[in-house]
Amino acid sequence: MDRQAVNHESLLDRLRPHVPWGLTTPREERGRSIIFVTVGALLDVLGAARDRLGLDMLVDLTAWDRIPASPRFEVVYLLGRAGSADRLTVKVQADGDPPRLPTATGLYRAAAFAEREVYDMFGVVFDGHPDLRRILMPDDWEGHPLRRDYSLSEEPVEFHGHTPKVPSAIIPYFPPGSGSGSGGTTPPGGPQP
Amino acid sequence: MKSTAAGTGTNHAEGEVLTLNVGPQHPGTHGVLRVVVELDGEIIRRATPEIGYLHTGIEKQMEARTYLQNVTLVDRIEYLASYNEEMAFYQAVERLLGVEPPPRARAIRILMCELNRIGSHLMFLAAGTLDVNVTSVFMYAMTDREKYLDLSEMLSGQRMMPGYFRPGGVAQDLPDGFVAAARTFLDGLPGRLDEYERLLSDNLIWRERLEGVAPLAREDAIALGATGPVLRGSGIAHDCRKLLPYGGYDEYDFDVPVRAEGDAYARYLVRMEEMRQSRRIALQVLDRLPDGPIIVDDRKIALPPRAELARSMEAVIHQFKLVSEGIHPPAGDSYVATESPRGEKGYFVVSDGSNRPVRAHVRAPSFYNLQTLPAMIEGHPLSDLVVAIASMDIVLGDIDR
Repeated sequence: MDRQAVNHESLLDRLRPHVPWGLTTPREERGRSIIFVTVGALLDVLGAARDRLGLDMLVDLTAWDRIPASPRFEVVYLLGRAGSADRLTVKVQADGDPPRLPTATGLYRAAAFAEREVYDMFGVVFDGHPDLRRILMPDDWEGHPLRRDYSLSEEPVEFHGHTPKVPSAIIPYFPPGSGSGSGGTTPPGGPQP
Repeated sequence: MKSTAAGTGTNHAEGEVLTLNVGPQHPGTHGVLRVVVELDGEIIRRATPEIGYLHTGIEKQMEARTYLQNVTLVDRIEYLASYNEEMAFYQAVERLLGVEPPPRARAIRILMCELNRIGSHLMFLAAGTLDVNVTSVFMYAMTDREKYLDLSEMLSGQRMMPGYFRPGGVAQDLPDGFVAAARTFLDGLPGRLDEYERLLSDNLIWRERLEGVAPLAREDAIALGATGPVLRGSGIAHDCRKLLPYGGYDEYDFDVPVRAEGDAYARYLVRMEEMRQSRRIALQVLDRLPDGPIIVDDRKIALPPRAELARSMEAVIHQFKLVSEGIHPPAGDSYVATESPRGEKGYFVVSDGSNRPVRAHVRAPSFYNLQTLPAMIEGHPLSDLVVAIASMDIVLGDIDR
């Protein structure tokens, strides 16, 4: 465990001379090296991680909707090195309509599918992507399903003499710190019944 | 082949190019995968995988379910390796909670993950040989996989989609006779694998259909995000069980098989050796199976034992709260890399402190491995497409989620 902590420490330290450090916020969290960057510094950091640290794999690229916070979307890049335990998480936040980010496909070819998925699910536009189309949803789909304000539509469960409820409305949502027995509420901006 | 010709030929300088749809309904695609190929005679000039035909919105549904309910959904993602899938999900949730399952639970989890890896690779062998029309090995491998399914049924009551892991442990202890049954299965395995290798390694059709087919260069494999046997078949010893040990894998001895050739035959050999290594891990677990509890003793995470409910009001309240409301991981996000039979599987889970995840993203190995398909088959004959897909061992539930 100690050896790993030293490794992670040195990963961020080794990155420091090669990136505009003032535009980034490094953090160690539960054994992960995480670096927050601004949109402008994103490609510099990804490029430095690839060329200076040897992080040659884009292991994963995803996003999540921070609504009601602003900037609304956080895109998460997980970089790794083939045959090694080095891992670096790069986070960037994007806002706007549509939110825009530069593409990482020039640095990591693996980003091609992943950026299409983030575009499909969240509507984040990656400028310069060679083929930015929907990937999982049909081409003519409207909206971006994994946004928190996109309602989760479901088939109501029919019972005799009962007003049907959609299944996700049956499970109450308990916000952090809610009192015991409060009965739960609807999640903020979350899947609405 | 049930391919349908779509579109018309276009005149190119080097000859007529035919656009052909392979799938989505095609027996060689292992599900509903569509590949649009541009053919110059028999040679594939361009291949574009089109996915999403099996998209069921599992990541969205997970946001509307509690962490305990979500085990039902994650089982259905990589449905040939449900134990590994549950392992990946609960590793991420446990990292958020800051809990570690007791030793016996960790051992049982590893045992089931490795048995599942054997079952999954046997399925690869069965489906792969069927694609190349070696039907006898298909029958034999399915027979052996049946034995793994029986073990899964014995343990969890389910042959697939077991729903057996829990946050902080597993649902039940091993039933009577399970250890003996698992040993019988594992003892018989090397003889069966030897037989398959005799049937396949000396089989001219099998070797000629696989050797040198669907080559993937080391650099392409890394750049396109390939993991698992696809990456190890291209010469890189990358196994999350070794590099980033999780769930207690560092307590067991095993080797990571690597082949440098990067062709379909190398991927087949890697998987054959992985089955032997998985057997090695599983036997070590059975030899040193620790006693003790199978789930953490934290009433905010694990259900109280059934017997306690008759005596303790507190236990009844805890039971009620856990079933109706579930667990509340602290706010934050987590990702733990695990090694599924197809490659790196990890869950990026974001919690806001409530009883449901704000975001649960699956790092799906099949999704990234599929990106290597054009690199494998462009410039090669159409007949190699089916071999390439079989050698990647994709699961469409994993790709489309």
